[in-house]
Amino acid sequence: MLDQMFVLLKHWLLGYSPAVLQPAVSIFLTILPILLVFPVLFALTTVLERKGLGRMQNRYGPNRVGIYGILQPMADAVKSLTKEDIVPAAADRTVHFLAPLVLLAVAFVPYAVLPIGRNMIAANLDAGVLFFFAIGAISELSVFMAGWSSRNKYSLLGAMRAVAQMISYEVPLLLSSVAVIMAAGSLSTVEIVQKQAGFSGIFPHWYVLTPWGFAGFILFMIAATAETNRSPFDLPEGESEIIAGYYLEYSGFKFALFFLGEYLGMFAISGLGITLFLGGWSAPLPFLTWVPSWIWFFAKLLGLIVGFIWVRGTLPRLRMDQLMNFAWKFMLPMALVVVVSAGAWRFLGQGVMRWVVSILFIAVAYVLLARGVETRNRIAKRTYRFAE
Amino acid sequence: MIRMSATFLILSAITLIGACAAMMLRGLVHCALAVAIAFAGLGTLYLNLGAQFLGLAQLLVYVGAIAVLIVFVILLTRGGESDATPLPQVALPLTGLAVAGCLFAVLAWAVFHSFAVHRAGTQATPATVRELGAVLMDSYVLPLEVIGLMLTAALIGAVIIAMKEKQDTP
Repeated sequence: MLDQMFVLLKHWLLGYSPAVLQPAVSIFLTILPILLVFPVLFALTTVLERKGLGRMQNRYGPNRVGIYGILQPMADAVKSLTKEDIVPAAADRTVHFLAPLVLLAVAFVPYAVLPIGRNMIAANLDAGVLFFFAIGAISELSVFMAGWSSRNKYSLLGAMRAVAQMISYEVPLLLSSVAVIMAAGSLSTVEIVQKQAGFSGIFPHWYVLTPWGFAGFILFMIAATAETNRSPFDLPEGESEIIAGYYLEYSGFKFALFFLGEYLGMFAISGLGITLFLGGWSAPLPFLTWVPSWIWFFAKLLGLIVGFIWVRGTLPRLRMDQLMNFAWKFMLPMALVVVVSAGAWRFLGQGVMRWVVSILFIAVAYVLLARGVETRNRIAKRTYRFAE
Repeated sequence: MIRMSATFLILSAITLIGACAAMMLRGLVHCALAVAIAFAGLGTLYLNLGAQFLGLAQLLVYVGAIAVLIVFVILLTRGGESDATPLPQVALPLTGLAVAGCLFAVLAWAVFHSFAVHRAGTQATPATVRELGAVLMDSYVLPLEVIGLMLTAALIGAVIIAMKEKQDTP
């Protein structure tokens, strides 16, 4: 009952609308919660992130507005709304204005195919995962629009870095999802979640609990961090080298829109990671299935967000060549091995054999690749090609 | 003749406007962005017609990769200059019109004489992704595997070429 609360609420509200308007009202009632819940989650995350980072850096973080600084996002919103909106004189005004809007619009669309709970999905597409990545590809263009239209060297550098990074990390991201698609035999997000339902003993049938799924999940999350330009892959917006990258020339509410778009992208890709590897909305233990499905989804989402914040507070930023080397020489071969390992898992049937073979594949590849990367980049005095 | 839905008209208008803007705008980057709009419009048109896989592949490949490639090429070859470049002087505007007219005539002829038009009464059902996958794995499995092998080889080859360059530098 509690599990289907929102679905029933929607049908109840739908019953009161005239029959002609019902399709439109139904769409409205499906979209509205997405438009409300995730920005609120964004507001909560900013507080969580600033408090968490503050604690990691031995300071308090925001603690003046509301109890424990919980109302800080309200103050931030008022601040960014009342700030002056500055557009550089040389900027390309149309593109400069459109870029944050495109980014934000594109950031909301992928939520259509994320199953937030049982029967809680906006559009159950046959090719849901493909849809997610197809829409995600457009955000690269909006980042470029922002960087180019500002007519600023640092903005353009940041945009080029961001686009190069997003394209590079999209490959391992897609390949690690391919392993799951192979195992589930479907591109539909709903079906992938259903395939992971059920328990063996106390362990759920999540793909993350298989050897290839575990490796794939780690690869997926690393690629997702890079894809959303978060630390340690945040060099498109590194403050100390290129000031703020592609959104350097954005002020006031446009900057807030970029911020929102970026976090929405992070939530969406975490949601896809949950759907693909962490069993979507299913409960982690068999005696916890009475807890409503949507609570599990958001609990897992918050868990991943905390992971993102933790990583941000822990790791230093990468250099550009390190970033590219890591993507093409480690992540890509590793993702290919994960795909092969998932295939082996599928065809070796039940038993110990598939565990042994699958683990062997990944362990050997990991050791070899890690060694290869290590010997190639032995720590030595840095040599400069152009700057001496 | 064919009843067109409102969504079809809107999407085709977007596609056409994008394509026209790509030809007529002065700034090269603007043209590239307009082409991206046209690509996206085409992709959504496919989606609107029920060809889900084709539409999404169009979005993923053309908007996500080709448009970005075009933008990169413009920025790398022109040093990122964004000044409006004058349109190339066309010696005979009529030549262009004639070529476009000929192309349109050939395409229209091909479409009206194709089997699809003359097979009256057979309503083609849109292929779902599952059916497409089944066919690819069934009757077209050899081409699929050859292409898969080739693309993987190309991917690894590209990485190896990049590695070689790295080793050459002292």
